[in-house]
Amino acid sequence: MKLNSIKLPRLNGAAEMQTVRLKLPERVVIAMSQHGGVPCVPTVSVGDTVKTGQLIGDSDAVISAPIHSSVTGKIVGVTKVLNVFGKLHEALVIETSPEQVLSEEVIPPFIDSREDFIEAVKRSGSVGLGGAGFPTHVKFSYDPGTVKIDTLVVNGAECEPYITSDYRTFMEEGEKVAQGIRMIMKYLDIPRAVIGIEHDKPLAIKRMTEITSSDSNIDVITLPSRYPQGAEKVLIHNTLGRTIMEGELPSSVGCVVLNCSTAAFISDYLITGMPLISRRLTVDGNAVNKPMNVTVPIGTRACDIMAAADLRTQPDRALFGGPMMGISFYDTEMPITKTTNALLLFSETVRDGDTPCIRCGRCVRACSMGLMPTELEHAFDKKDTERLKKLNVNLCMNCGACSYVCPAKRNLSEKNQLAKLLLRDSVSVKERVLYER
Amino acid sequence: MSGLLIEPSPHIRCTLTTQKIMLNVLIALLPGVIAGTVIFGLRALVLVVLCAAFCVIFEMLFNIITKHEQTIYDLSAVVTGVLLGMNLPPALPIYMAAIGCFAAIVVVKQFFGGIGQNFANPAITARIVLMLSFGKYMTSWSAPVIAGTAGIDAVSSATPLADPEIMPSYLDLFLGIHGGCIGETCTAALLLGGIYLVARGLIDPVTPFAFIGTVALCSLIGGHDVLMQLLSGGLVIGAFFMATDYSTTPITRTGKLIFAVGCGLITSAIRFFGVYPEGVSFSILVMNILVPLIDRYVRPKPFGAKNAVRKGVQK
Repeated sequence: MKLNSIKLPRLNGAAEMQTVRLKLPERVVIAMSQHGGVPCVPTVSVGDTVKTGQLIGDSDAVISAPIHSSVTGKIVGVTKVLNVFGKLHEALVIETSPEQVLSEEVIPPFIDSREDFIEAVKRSGSVGLGGAGFPTHVKFSYDPGTVKIDTLVVNGAECEPYITSDYRTFMEEGEKVAQGIRMIMKYLDIPRAVIGIEHDKPLAIKRMTEITSSDSNIDVITLPSRYPQGAEKVLIHNTLGRTIMEGELPSSVGCVVLNCSTAAFISDYLITGMPLISRRLTVDGNAVNKPMNVTVPIGTRACDIMAAADLRTQPDRALFGGPMMGISFYDTEMPITKTTNALLLFSETVRDGDTPCIRCGRCVRACSMGLMPTELEHAFDKKDTERLKKLNVNLCMNCGACSYVCPAKRNLSEKNQLAKLLLRDSVSVKERVLYER
Repeated sequence: MSGLLIEPSPHIRCTLTTQKIMLNVLIALLPGVIAGTVIFGLRALVLVVLCAAFCVIFEMLFNIITKHEQTIYDLSAVVTGVLLGMNLPPALPIYMAAIGCFAAIVVVKQFFGGIGQNFANPAITARIVLMLSFGKYMTSWSAPVIAGTAGIDAVSSATPLADPEIMPSYLDLFLGIHGGCIGETCTAALLLGGIYLVARGLIDPVTPFAFIGTVALCSLIGGHDVLMQLLSGGLVIGAFFMATDYSTTPITRTGKLIFAVGCGLITSAIRFFGVYPEGVSFSILVMNILVPLIDRYVRPKPFGAKNAVRKGVQK
């Protein structure tokens, strides 16, 4: 079976731009919710001085990752910022000192066992760097007695236009990606790994094939340059031919999926002990003259990155993440998080509004999950929860392909998200547990 | 800085619009209209243009009277008008054409909610309305103004399907130099437009292939002249331009296949056993009515859906 997909414009003008490290910003705003899951509680308070790499937020919850200070400086306040799910969360404002000092807490971890490894990954603050941001240690904490993982799937698809941060990771840190994969395979006892890279990145495919040429158990798989190639379920299907059932995790089909940049980070952390305090992101969009890739501390505000960018004009729209699944924000004070892989700036935005559905069926042919977005829209408009359930709206991963191809410019994927909320609110408590998994 | 635009993802959209789709259909219909003008003279062109104008005016007036948002700019009314005009005999009185346009736009399209909501193809239904109302006018075919290989110069002739005695050569059938509706006789021009639509990805080739293929197969089994069956009547225009209408045909590819095969079977049945010489319009209308049923049972398989597994739909 071949999953539906769509062709998107490439627009990867930043692909061959060497990553640059930006000047340290005057202040950073570090959100206590860096990803989905439980927010952290600050372990420091206003007035404290923190050093680079020092723990500043932690949580006892399972689906959570600790947060470290990305700079040396003084905590000057607590503010509220929106996270990627549109909820307000606490954030620490840190004013950077002229002198940057490494925290004493930053020491390479000692690893002798599987448990040591998972604990180290947890302490590193690692989350999926591809955009979804699921804490890495949770993916690794399966019970090897009952769950058999035979393949580590490394996600290098990077299927959205503009974003080139994973591509730059392959080109600049390919060795680290491979080393990270080897470490994970060694400590978790996973016999095989595949690296999925889209067809339109031949240099990355060549480079990773060369680097892993002596690893008989690591394969580089060329994926078609179609969207959404990097979605977890699609990636597993297109690399291994396995189908994840609704509500199940990749472990149910013997896989762990990891973004390539996460693998590179883990290999770095095992050597240096430096937690996740900075990341690479692409700056692009039609308001930008010269696209670029930058490395910035977590918590850097969008306005500080914009100040360093070569802007053609004042943007009227700004996004964190790609143009298909990224979120737009209204205030350029918004700080980047661990999951921000791009800052896209657009201008001259024209929106015509939608016209009636003409039943052309393009959305149906675009949906990789085999859904019928046009029928889902009808069902949602009627608030018909039974029908929404029957049409499997919960399988929608909000990839946006249906809205993209719609000639009537209907906000189909948005309706699907609203429909999922409607279902969540209307189901019984027992069912709710299932949906929230 | 604040005050940036907020919107749900995705933040980019493809450039295709409903208007562009309709414009492309009009481009695809152009060879047929030109051929009809060359074959039947200027009056044919006037009739087609008037039909398009009537349709736009009716839709505009309907929207004004019912206080709906104006929808004429999507060009779908123009497409309906041109298609209807192409399905009329060249000498049809103008007022009859206007009645047809009223039936197509107001009764069939706007009464059911406008573009995308109508269950029957407006142009086809209007043609049937005219056929039932003005049977004599709708079946008096003027002769081509240009002579074919057989050298027809009669004042009036019949459609080859109605009277096999006056059977033109295959070449004349292919080029459209025989009696018939303005835009349906010239198979060559219609194929050109049809191929354009397929090449631009605007229609699924499965529909015309299955429709025409089914008629060919039925003709072969029934011992009829297969080529004559394919080249005459409204089969080609129906298969490429009417049975591919988005609103009135199934959404999935399998659904389109079922729809097209059904059209082919009904067309053959009417042609070989019915009282009417031609069955393309009736076949499409009947299958239009079955579309909700087809769409209900022919659906894509959701990827990894649990409820689909319980019913045994997905392996």
